[in-house]
Amino acid sequence: MSQRFILSIAAAALTLGLAACGDQPQEMNGAGVKQDGAPYTGVGKSQYAQGGWNVGDKTSWEQQLKARAQYGQNDYTRMSK
Amino acid sequence: MARMKFICDAERCIECNGCVTACKNEHEVPWGVNRRRVVTLNDGVPGEKSISVACMHCSDAPCMAVCPVNCFYRTDEGVVLHDKDVCIGCGYCSYACPFGAPQFPSQGTFGVRGKMDKCTFCAGGPEAHGSQDEFEKYGRNRLAEGKLPACAEMCSTKALLAGDGDVVADIFRNRVLQRGKGAEVWGWGTAYGTAQGTKS
Repeated sequence: MSQRFILSIAAAALTLGLAACGDQPQEMNGAGVKQDGAPYTGVGKSQYAQGGWNVGDKTSWEQQLKARAQYGQNDYTRMSK
Repeated sequence: MARMKFICDAERCIECNGCVTACKNEHEVPWGVNRRRVVTLNDGVPGEKSISVACMHCSDAPCMAVCPVNCFYRTDEGVVLHDKDVCIGCGYCSYACPFGAPQFPSQGTFGVRGKMDKCTFCAGGPEAHGSQDEFEKYGRNRLAEGKLPACAEMCSTKALLAGDGDVVADIFRNRVLQRGKGAEVWGWGTAYGTAQGTKS
């Protein structure tokens, strides 16, 4: 009887003592946020994708955006002097 | 590459709301959510000034600092984005943001506040580029398509500039030199942490 009592006490102590081992980590390190891909990897085959640059080439993508910014937004380069 | 920036040239903005319409159309933003809007100071008074306002993708973003679930992240291009699967819609970011950028759609029968929505600099979010999931949660990913934000590209007077910080700063500087006035850049100092746009 006393052996069963001691065993049950030991089992309860083990259950309580190891309960925290199943806890999920709760640190605020942003690990839950999904990783975003780099924009120069493109959108794959899409009717909206703009041509004129090489998908996967970061330098090509940067040059595309710079050229687009100049052509589309800098009207002083397009007006006659 | 430098960081992506927005500049709104208050000398050119004519309050046409073309940027607002372009944004809503491009991303199919729901009713009640305005990722971008036009604010007019001294409306109706001669000399009124209008500015187009959205997330400025701050260099030291207050929304990121206060988010209790850490759902924000910054891309290598300096675009501040967030993960809607992590966001709990608490609204802390909207109190912290000096530009009123975070928006909260009403959801369900009782209009419960949904997950935060804001300007993505047309860079989508943490889903596969160009995927349907990305479009439904965050809108189009124009940067990955090789384009610039729709609001700036659609701006009729080119008041709203977007793109590489060095490029847009050069365009704006050239304008100021050509016209000889209007050097103040609204929101620049607040968002990007320099003294530009403030009176000395």
